[in-house]
Amino acid sequence: MSNGAPLQRSDVVELDPRYLFRWEERQQAYVLLYPEGLVKLNATAGAILAEVANTAEIGVLIDNLTEKHEQQDIAGDILEFLEQSHERGWIRIKR
Amino acid sequence: MSEAGFASSAETTVTVDGHGLPLWLLLELTYRCPLKCPWCNNPLDFDVYREELSTAEWIDVLRQGRALGAVQLGFSGGEPMQRRDLEELVGEATRLGYYTNLITSGMGLSQTRLGALRDAGLKQIQLSLQAMDADLNNRLVGAEAHAHKLAAARAIKAYGFPMVLNVPVSRHNIGEASTLLDFAEELGIEYVEFANLQYYNWALVNRSDLLPTREQIAAAERVVAERRARLGRRMTIYFVISDYYDDRPKACMKGWGNIHLTIAPDGAALPCQEARVITGLEFPNVRDHALEWIWRDSPVFRKFRGEDWMQEPCRTCPERGHDYGGCRCQAFLLTGDAAATDPVCGRSPHHHLVGEAVAMAMADRRSNGLIMRQRGFNVA
Repeated sequence: MSNGAPLQRSDVVELDPRYLFRWEERQQAYVLLYPEGLVKLNATAGAILAEVANTAEIGVLIDNLTEKHEQQDIAGDILEFLEQSHERGWIRIKR
Repeated sequence: MSEAGFASSAETTVTVDGHGLPLWLLLELTYRCPLKCPWCNNPLDFDVYREELSTAEWIDVLRQGRALGAVQLGFSGGEPMQRRDLEELVGEATRLGYYTNLITSGMGLSQTRLGALRDAGLKQIQLSLQAMDADLNNRLVGAEAHAHKLAAARAIKAYGFPMVLNVPVSRHNIGEASTLLDFAEELGIEYVEFANLQYYNWALVNRSDLLPTREQIAAAERVVAERRARLGRRMTIYFVISDYYDDRPKACMKGWGNIHLTIAPDGAALPCQEARVITGLEFPNVRDHALEWIWRDSPVFRKFRGEDWMQEPCRTCPERGHDYGGCRCQAFLLTGDAAATDPVCGRSPHHHLVGEAVAMAMADRRSNGLIMRQRGFNVA
């Protein structure tokens, strides 16, 4: 559980096992499924959580996404989204 | 990728807009149930519907539903454990890629069957429980159920399922919130839902003997607020208020024929579980029609879809895109017109009916007791 401290590049995060994250063909979108609920993610949110599912460390994840999308200044945005995901319980800090 | 910013705000990431897809598929596998809950949302004449869909027919529904875009799948009833083919159906649903939810009273949920359900890929279980007081719980459901329910809760957690503890709330058990939350905390249950009863079918028959007072609701809300503050994200607690005490209608089913599709035990397709209370509608049956036609084109599913059916005050109301005019079934039950504004709405010309029902319930406090769910009930 977070004690409110902001996420760091060195943190290792993972999807919370209560959520099932996957690509949904009919919606052409990533979705998060959980007991009696679902969240459809927009393209950017889906791309970040897909990276969370593959990678562990936030710093590596940011570097991967930056490279993939050839954008320089997205680290802050990614961290902000991860904070929101953490707040919502979609992801948790592994260590 | 957006140019304004790589990661957009959480608000824009969340949507329940199905874009016309039946995202939620609820299978009422049977109306059979060993309990006699006097708030049961099954039809009053539940025993008339005898011809349950076969295993093969349910599997066909599952395949058609998935092809239409359904993602969330509920197995409900009646008591779904009454179906011996539940494990087989869950297995097929898992193969098709559904997120599978079991909605059960816990009756018949043995260790053996739990293990088989886990092996079949079941994702989560919603278990109903009325009270930690055994006598009260058993009186409310009309059977010796309490010990089974507690054992089921423990077994569900022992098998590692995420779990929703569902508490149907009436004036008889609204004071049990605190002890129920103690139990949920002890077991590590992730979600607790205090569902104030919605008044359809059996609950409507017993409305005057079930509706809590405003004071009772306020006290329960204080208990819930205290727990939320203490437990944080360890437990999600939902408190669904009785809409009789609200002057805004609920966004029922997120709109008729919008994201939700229920299949009743006999194969009738319903826009919501309660829709059979609306007389004069001929519900299409999966035995006669393809699910795609039922969802997209059948007259029943089109009847209250969108906004064209709305009357005043809904037709010009700025809220209509948020609450869809409220609940069609409630509008029908209280006003006789399913296209009327839900009387719960403060702008409805029939709003006084709700206030009168509450006043009657408070004044009456009937002593002749709850009418339990039973066969052969004389609706008249």
